[in-house]
Amino acid sequence: MIRVVLPAHLRTLARVDGEVKLEVEGPVTQRSVLDALEARYPMLRGTIRDHVTQRRRPFVRFFACEEDLSHESPDVPLPDAVATGVEPLFIVGAMAGG
Amino acid sequence: MSRVRLLVGTRKGAFILTSDGTRKQWDVNGPHFGGWEMYHLKGSPADPNRLYASQTSGWFGQVIQRSDDGGKTWNTPDGAPIPTSGPDGTPQGVSNKFVYDTSPGTGKPLTTHQWYDGTQRPWEFKRVWHLEPSLTDPDTVYAGVEDAALFRSSDGGQTWQELPELRGAKGHLWQPGAGGMCLHTILLDRNHPERIFIAISAAGVFRTDDAGKTWRPMNRGLKSQYELPDSDAEVGHCVHRIAMHPSRPNVLFMQKHWDVMRSDDAGESWHEVSGNLPTDFGFPIEVHAHQPDTIYVVPIKSDSEHFPPDGKLRVYRSRTGGNEWEALTKGLPQRDCYVNVLRDAMTVDSLDPCGLYFGTTGGQVYASADAGDSWAPIVRDLPAVFSVEVQTLP
Repeated sequence: MIRVVLPAHLRTLARVDGEVKLEVEGPVTQRSVLDALEARYPMLRGTIRDHVTQRRRPFVRFFACEEDLSHESPDVPLPDAVATGVEPLFIVGAMAGG
Repeated sequence: MSRVRLLVGTRKGAFILTSDGTRKQWDVNGPHFGGWEMYHLKGSPADPNRLYASQTSGWFGQVIQRSDDGGKTWNTPDGAPIPTSGPDGTPQGVSNKFVYDTSPGTGKPLTTHQWYDGTQRPWEFKRVWHLEPSLTDPDTVYAGVEDAALFRSSDGGQTWQELPELRGAKGHLWQPGAGGMCLHTILLDRNHPERIFIAISAAGVFRTDDAGKTWRPMNRGLKSQYELPDSDAEVGHCVHRIAMHPSRPNVLFMQKHWDVMRSDDAGESWHEVSGNLPTDFGFPIEVHAHQPDTIYVVPIKSDSEHFPPDGKLRVYRSRTGGNEWEALTKGLPQRDCYVNVLRDAMTVDSLDPCGLYFGTTGGQVYASADAGDSWAPIVRDLPAVFSVEVQTLP
């Protein structure tokens, strides 16, 4: 069970409260988690990563276990604590705008 | 008794304002999509309960919202789980996916346009500025986007396809205005279902007579001596808005960056009708619902001072199709007013007398129930208003 914390605006868009819990088959990576998230909540497609390039949108960040994983390859395994559900993956809207 | 419903898009959400036909007492509903930039909302002429909305964010990109009950509830058109990939592996049914057409069928790879420094840049989608529902089919809607292009959905906003031939109309010479290279105006012609006018900042007006297969620039007569090295170039003009009366679609009115213009031949040629306006810079232009030669503009001091001259917010009305203008001031602030009125932020209803509405960057929405003779604010303290559309309901 993977735990994902969405920013408030995306929780509203996806109509969820609190954490999202996902089942991910195979290696737990940014890509596999986002694939599972978007399959469950199609309205989130294009809001976290670009539709075509699949690259992270510039003002979206990925945090977990007190680390910024935003610049990691999307295919690098996420920390064990995320893969085992001990810690959530935070999807964050970057501080911007003053 | 008839009712009116105003759809107001702001920098931080959407608001729906409703009144009966007297247009004196208003209910304010919102914010919808609080915190998001709502560039535009518009209802289908064929089904007034069908509304489309463009929801954008610098963080999370573009979202399209749809209501089928007049704005009581909203959904992304593909919100329900759907197959994630088509036969070629591409995602399907994605209502916020605006991808420029690079298919061989159009004969073009992705083209480029001019950038501020004169170099060429490839098109890059940023947001939907304007949604224009079909006059006859609630499931068909056009989207004008930045970087400038025209998209169409024929499934209620679930999927979007570009009409790519537009970019072939000298697209390499188009360039961004200060607000970005946006396709902001889409006019449909009830008498010629395959005719569409669009306007782009800063490229100009374009027309198709075959539902988007071919396009022609329609900018003859425009002069942009302070913006273009060739002041009467075929493309490159910063057109801010065009308007038509549905009963007389060959007559068009334009608020250009500078100059108010008129065409009597469906855009083939334009002539200036700024006349006695205090300044001919501005953004919106509208036509009275029942008098095709009565038009409205909001003069703004200049392109570097986006506020009304002398701190006086004045709508100007011409009853002669231009050239002779009168200031409409009753009920509008006549001192210390330094707001702007953006290009999609003025509209007219179809009641009699005709109602006019506009929103400001200061968050006011003003209404007139007597064709502009007098005004009153409906709300004063919304976020900056991007767009105002009205629906006249039975």
